[in-house]
Amino acid sequence: MKHADEYRDGKLAHALGARIAHEAHPTALYHFMEFCGGHTHAISRYGIQDLLPANVRMIHGPGCPVCVLPIARIDMAIRLAQRPEVTLCTYGDLMRVPGSNGNSLLKAKAAGADIRMVYSTTDALGIAEAEPDREVVFFAIGFETTTPPTALAIRVAAEKTLKNFTIFCNHVLTPSAIQNILESPDVRELGRVRIDGFIGPAHVSAVIGSQPYNFFAEEFEKPVVIAGFEPLDVMQAILMLVRQINEGRHEVENQYTRAVKPEGNERAKAEVAEIFELRKSFEWRGLGQVPYSGLRLKDAYAAFDAERRFDIREVEAHDNPACECGAILRGVKQPADCKLFGTVCTPDTPMGSCMVSAEGACAAHWTYGRFRDHARAAS
Amino acid sequence: MTVKTYKRKLDIKNGRVDLSHGSGGRAMTQLIADIFHEALDNEWLRRGNDQSAFDVVGGRMVMTTDGYVVSPLFFPGGDIGSLAVHGTINDVAMAGARPLFLSASFIIEEGFAFADLKRIADSMGEAARAAGVPIITGDTKVVERGKADGVFITTTGVGVLPDGLDLSADKARADDQVILSGTIGDHGVAVMSKRQNLTFETAIVSDSAALHGLVAAMVEAGGYGLRVMRDPTRGGLAATLNELAHQSGVGFRIAEELVPVRPEVAAACDLLGLDPLYVANEGKLVAVVAPEAAEKVLAAMRAHPLGRDAVIIGEAIADENNFVQMTTSFGGGRIVDWLSGEQLPRIC
Repeated sequence: MKHADEYRDGKLAHALGARIAHEAHPTALYHFMEFCGGHTHAISRYGIQDLLPANVRMIHGPGCPVCVLPIARIDMAIRLAQRPEVTLCTYGDLMRVPGSNGNSLLKAKAAGADIRMVYSTTDALGIAEAEPDREVVFFAIGFETTTPPTALAIRVAAEKTLKNFTIFCNHVLTPSAIQNILESPDVRELGRVRIDGFIGPAHVSAVIGSQPYNFFAEEFEKPVVIAGFEPLDVMQAILMLVRQINEGRHEVENQYTRAVKPEGNERAKAEVAEIFELRKSFEWRGLGQVPYSGLRLKDAYAAFDAERRFDIREVEAHDNPACECGAILRGVKQPADCKLFGTVCTPDTPMGSCMVSAEGACAAHWTYGRFRDHARAAS
Repeated sequence: MTVKTYKRKLDIKNGRVDLSHGSGGRAMTQLIADIFHEALDNEWLRRGNDQSAFDVVGGRMVMTTDGYVVSPLFFPGGDIGSLAVHGTINDVAMAGARPLFLSASFIIEEGFAFADLKRIADSMGEAARAAGVPIITGDTKVVERGKADGVFITTTGVGVLPDGLDLSADKARADDQVILSGTIGDHGVAVMSKRQNLTFETAIVSDSAALHGLVAAMVEAGGYGLRVMRDPTRGGLAATLNELAHQSGVGFRIAEELVPVRPEVAAACDLLGLDPLYVANEGKLVAVVAPEAAEKVLAAMRAHPLGRDAVIIGEAIADENNFVQMTTSFGGGRIVDWLSGEQLPRIC
């Protein structure tokens, strides 16, 4: 714990805040997108924006795996879980994500579906071994951080020739999403979103390394600073971004050197490459279809693919039209801009995915930051 | 003691509860006598009635009831039995009352080992004796396998209020001081450390304890300056402060760096992606105290073993939104909101 405390020191934070305020030109704007939900959470949880000058603003990005999962995939998971032979294993916060018609895995569970909350792929694998009569499906989601454990589970299942274990694969890739945002009309043509630089992912970068971001820095001329999830990491990364902009640089810098190497984790990458292949296209909530942004199991591992074993297909499904999760995930809108925010949509009764996960922009703002909206309205 | 006329002793070491132990026949009487009466023994139970009579005193009484379904049943620092005694004593005590008696109702799952049941009953007896609050009546039911999870216990408590004392959750006012009796998160983390799919090595033990002694000292020191007390169990300190804010129509402002958290609890929470503010406690209380009485109450708490680490963590403020605001140790501001759903480890 002493280790973690070092990255949460209030005195250092104030010193960094003062440094940022000193170096940021008062007339310039510095709008940075933190891609990861982990950063969004840290920024809200520790009240980082209170320590930043008014012209340095953070824009929440789409890096929350629960948030970007489209409604159609939730519907598929619910249909899977409703099959009598299936035991669906899922991370807890997916349970509350609304699907079509107000349904959710939590409601399906209450109605009798065998849905179990697990903390890891290993837990799901254990259930499959302990209960050979059940078809155990693991609801696999997440970015590059959670993909290697899933790959490992598949390899173990293959070695043990488990016949009753499959995954419902929804693993997605970070670089494709960043590229999609930078190429979107909102950013490129309409100028609706001002993004001057990125705080790059922490854990994801520990796997993929810092090299994949070089392309954005060069092609789109945006600085990227990879940062850890502790609040001081975020503050330091912001200072590094401010300095790059002031000096007219757009490079990939690594603040999170205690975990991230330029080449990433070769073993994890090899494990993933052995098991998974790219999908031509995958739907993201908010971003729509993003080419080559999702993974599926290679044909050699088709026996472990729930989509193939149970022949479930994606049925088109639409978000609640008033829900602004899409625009919020692209950084076009802020949570408080949504009509549903805090009225019918709260973490207790979420309408959109951004209100579900603790890493979602709406949930973070509601849970930690909404007093600022009231203070603003009152002044 | 009830005269024993049973042909064969209960095989506590190897035996298990079956449906006959809930059927009202001889088997049930034997179970109650050999396990519950043995463990909880007192003059009221010894009379063997379906109810117990006791003298009432003048003034106002308080009554509370609570169900216990903790999993696992045994955890570092306690078990469902001691918890069922402490928890209900604490609910009585939070009114400022002196707890007098408890009742205990058991719903036992078919197949439950006698040895475990005896261990739980013994622990209840020990906790009740240590607290000086006897369990004077009870009930036993057995349900089919799968219809319960081992054993569920419901305890009811009655107590008597000191003259004129009227603590209530709607009485917090702006400028009142918020006192916390000690470290938070110990119970929840201790229980979680033993959950089936989440076993991790830790030296953390539950803080489960009866707080009526501490409360008596606070009442003596603070008297009418005490506005409200509550034990932050499920939902932790965060839930308790939000409840009080809404019921009193105020806000609270607390400072994160003043809230005591054991380093090992903080580390376990970090690992699991939990916030100690939301983790359950079973031997702590939050008191909202009028500003002029706060120092006296705090001193009395610190002089008691269960309040050694007591600290003023903040104050009530006027706020129509009833927000619980916190200055983070990092220096920024945030809300401490109600908990939505369960707290879960992060996945990315």
